[in-house]
Amino acid sequence: MRVSFKWLQEYVDIPVSPSELADKLTAVGLAVEGYEDLGAQVDKVFTGKIIKIDVHPNADKLVICTVDVGGGENLQIVTGATNINENDVVPVAVEGARLAGGLKIKKTKLRGIESRGMLCSGGELGLDPESMPEEQAHGIMILSPDTPLGLDAKPLTGLDDVILELELTPNRGDCLSMVGVAREVAAIYNKQLKMPAPDLKSQSESIAGKVKVDIEEPHLCRRYIAKLLTGVKVFPSPDWMQERLRAVGIRPINNVVDVTNYILMELGQPLHAFDYHKLKEGHIIVRSARQDEKIVTLDGAERTLSGEMLVITDPTGPVAIAGVMGGLESEVTEETAAVLLESASFDPVSVRRTANALALRSESSLRFEKGVDINGCLRAAERAAQLLQAMGACDVTEGNVDNYSNPVGNKTLSVRPDRVNHVLGTNISAGVCSDILSRLQFSVQEGTEGEVLVTVPTFRPDISLEADLIEEVARMYGYDKVPQTLPQGESTRGARTKRQSLIQKVRQILTGCGLYEVITYSFHSRTEFDRLGVPADSPLRNTVALQNPLSEEQAVMRTLMLPGILDVLQRNYSRRNSNGAVFGIGTVFYPRAKEELPAEREKIAAAVMGNTPKAWGTPSHTMDFYHLKGVLEALFRSLNISSYSFEPVSAEPGYHPGRTARVCVKGNDIGFLGEIHPQVLENYELPDRVAALELDLETFLEFAANFGRYHKLPKFPGVERDLALVVPQEVAVRDVLRVIKKAGGELLKEVELFDVYQGRQVQEGSKSLAFSLQFQAQDRTLTDKEIDACISAITSRLAKDVNAELRS
Amino acid sequence: MEEKLRAIAQEAKQLLDRATNMDQLNEIRVKFLGKKGELTKVLRGMGALSADERPRIGQLANSVQADLEDYLNHSMSEVKNKELEAQLAGEKIDVTLPGTPFSLGKNHPLTRVQQEIEDIFLGLGFSIMEGPEIETDFYNFEALNIPKDHPARDMQDTFFTGPEELLRTHTSPIQIRTMEKTAPQVPLKIIAPGRVYRRDDDATHSPMFHQVEGLAVDTRITFADLKGVLQIFAEEMFGIKTRTRFRPSYFPFTEPSAEMDISCVMCGGKGCRVCSRTGWLEILGCGMVNPRVLEVSGYDAEKFTGFAFGMGVERIAMLKYGIDDMRLLFDNDLRFLAQI
Ligand SMILES: [Zn+2]
Repeated sequence: MRVSFKWLQEYVDIPVSPSELADKLTAVGLAVEGYEDLGAQVDKVFTGKIIKIDVHPNADKLVICTVDVGGGENLQIVTGATNINENDVVPVAVEGARLAGGLKIKKTKLRGIESRGMLCSGGELGLDPESMPEEQAHGIMILSPDTPLGLDAKPLTGLDDVILELELTPNRGDCLSMVGVAREVAAIYNKQLKMPAPDLKSQSESIAGKVKVDIEEPHLCRRYIAKLLTGVKVFPSPDWMQERLRAVGIRPINNVVDVTNYILMELGQPLHAFDYHKLKEGHIIVRSARQDEKIVTLDGAERTLSGEMLVITDPTGPVAIAGVMGGLESEVTEETAAVLLESASFDPVSVRRTANALALRSESSLRFEKGVDINGCLRAAERAAQLLQAMGACDVTEGNVDNYSNPVGNKTLSVRPDRVNHVLGTNISAGVCSDILSRLQFSVQEGTEGEVLVTVPTFRPDISLEADLIEEVARMYGYDKVPQTLPQGESTRGARTKRQSLIQKVRQILTGCGLYEVITYSFHSRTEFDRLGVPADSPLRNTVALQNPLSEEQAVMRTLMLPGILDVLQRNYSRRNSNGAVFGIGTVFYPRAKEELPAEREKIAAAVMGNTPKAWGTPSHTMDFYHLKGVLEALFRSLNISSYSFEPVSAEPGYHPGRTARVCVKGNDIGFLGEIHPQVLENYELPDRVAALELDLETFLEFAANFGRYHKLPKFPGVERDLALVVPQEVAVRDVLRVIKKAGGELLKEVELFDVYQGRQVQEGSKSLAFSLQFQAQDRTLTDKEIDACISAITSRLAKDVNAELRS
Repeated sequence: MEEKLRAIAQEAKQLLDRATNMDQLNEIRVKFLGKKGELTKVLRGMGALSADERPRIGQLANSVQADLEDYLNHSMSEVKNKELEAQLAGEKIDVTLPGTPFSLGKNHPLTRVQQEIEDIFLGLGFSIMEGPEIETDFYNFEALNIPKDHPARDMQDTFFTGPEELLRTHTSPIQIRTMEKTAPQVPLKIIAPGRVYRRDDDATHSPMFHQVEGLAVDTRITFADLKGVLQIFAEEMFGIKTRTRFRPSYFPFTEPSAEMDISCVMCGGKGCRVCSRTGWLEILGCGMVNPRVLEVSGYDAEKFTGFAFGMGVERIAMLKYGIDDMRLLFDNDLRFLAQI
């Protein structure tokens, strides 16, 4: 909300500068987010009268004005303005003047004619054209004709003001008005709040029999005041009012509308002015809208209403949407002769729902949503009538129709000064507590046992607990005066759980293996499954969908991490980052039929493309299936997971049918590792080879341990033997290893495959495998004879089981 | 004989002086000091000497032998040194060539910042809790004192997945879930990091982002404690000279509520572009747990008090790494990830 420093001073004496006030307001919880010294850029602009307007001899679109700026010689000024007339008083920037945007005024010649200054528009002075009356928004600013000449124009155009932009929290609806802010200022500096006290003079005939108000929904409209103004004359409101409205960002329209807006800003009470003669029988009925009932609102749009919305009607139909916006038909126009002024209290939730449903937020709905003081309605109505009466715009009919069947009283709370200090960790005396609260216009009484009884006025609906009063004391006392301490009492253990520290370790290993962690969105497009080649009947397509996604690209919660990871590779590949190794840890979501919430599983996914870095002396290699498998095996080793296996699979969606393995740990499937299917690579615009994996982190962490177990180190030396075999090509190395380990018995400690060869040196359809075997006994040094026996047992078993021949 | 001994010594020394490698030195040793060497030969002729001369010549021969051995050892070590020097000179390498590369990746900057936050609070006795990302309206809003149609719901534009089911808009539901499980036991000190979601997408908002929530409940937790704990956090996270400022604010689940600012990490509080010339940066929201929230979660609000805070990981990461567009954090450009 925009607060005018100048306007604010009408309600309270402010003993500090605007910038000091801004800091102080922020410190008590009314955050000042913007500070605007309106006239800071403007200098040497005076009021001047246009004495004469002559045509420009050399230009159709320019005129020559003779301007009197109060004594001395008249100035000759050339302008292109079209909205000026002789005898208009306007702001004149003279030689040496500065205007908004840093413009400097010098003596100049325009098409051969000397010009000694500039006539100013509101925009040139730094005023927002949106806040200017329509006819002045883009032309020269025309001041009141009786304005003395040669005065500094800044105070007259409102430029001697400072605007504080408040970013109010939703609980402080009471500060959405000048008086509300002034109340805080008065409390801060212990000053008197000068509340406007309407004083209505010479009221004409009584309202009786002219206006009737019926409330059908008393819980949604607890009070409705109607005030009748007759003999209405619609004209522009006085300069001072226009200036104030402009300062707070409201465009002046006419005196009636301006006064309702003025009250909105001054007291925070939304008012609505109806053309009385357009209301049938002067009869207001506040009721729920009929389903699909229609009304054209002030902005010209036709709105279709629903049964949950509250409307103001006359016997023929809706004339306003309660608390949100008035109807066009009963709008005040230049022909309006009588006005029915509405000052009411509408239910915050109802107004909020209606405004949301119609996507129609107004200054009025904004305030009703946050709670408007039900006991301030009458003051607002009378103040509006008084302002209009004072400008000679109407007669005020005696009395009001005030439909207020269940008056709301102030509530009383108790606050214990001990409790204040218990919660805050302070040592504030009971006297200081009471003083703070009474400055904030709460009335304070001493209660029993040291409590303080606090009467909370209805303008503070946000105060309903002792804790709320504690906050009031704290913020006025000063958060900065509260000391800094550390919690006393029993100490607590701060440590990661085993699972949390294992996840941290997973990250360390993977980054140690050269992978970069990426963070991808938890949602993706529905079409992602098509791109990935997931079959139509796959359970992976059963997703949790967002009801209100920002875009189709983010429509469903992921059931796989892979699409996000492939997207990252694609984005990098398209930017010529063609070598990439990444991983991500995240949640996937599966809908559940019966349980309340979807199932969430933590997953880990990784993918590699391109080559390892080029370097001298170390050959670069392609990051393929085996590269990523090596990373995974390193991860298993570091997490002390020993019994894992890779089983070939040929139909996993997204993966290459001949280059994919199911990953198992201790017989549990934990996910897949494979190269991405060439068709999927094409869909994602990725290079020829990408290897990826996606594993269920939760399952495999169950088998992980932070520590391994100690086995006695051997005392006797081991013997290493190499074994070179030729086997048919289709034989899997895993099967060969299995045979070797079984036949090797307990003397065989380790088998390592160190070479695989296919090509000219071996028969077609075969491959050569070379293993290094490590033999060792706990109790003796092995003899050659013993080892030879082992080897021959192994080779004969291999020949039988996997058709292997020893390679010479 | 005496002359002969002296001549042998002289010759041997001359040869030793001229020798340049170990082979030559060994040859000389064999020639003069070996079993069939010159010195031995001379000594064999000792029998011909008179009994008077024998001890004297014997003594002389011994001293010549000792002298020669010394001389030989000396020459040997000299030659060895020279040979080593020559070897070292030949083995020179270009130490400016790059080392054998080990590819190392990095954790995502958000993960690193999150872990840093976690570590600070672990050190203060907080443990780490987690909770579901898809939440019920109850845990995300109602239990946190944000009933339906409360204006505070505007502060958090929500993704819904069902009538009462949504993507959590903050990590605060974990407060409730943890208190429900723990009540009425105290002390309770937790942080809850995690992904959260709001319907917003621009340079300063992402529809998915990360928060860390904190909560402490005990018989006597004060607002002063909140200030003290967060001061430590600010110093650990942003440097020992960091100052904090607490401003009143509003969150439905805390009362009193505060916004914590830190002195600007860029200018130290003098005022710059990053802090909009104020010298302060808004960093987190916090407050004393609202008694209603304590009661909903099973704690007697008269007996127990608590504080809570919540911070955005992205905001802190952007300040720490000097990132000006939040979208970069979710773009995952490898050049960006390798850089910071
Ligand atoms: Zn700064």
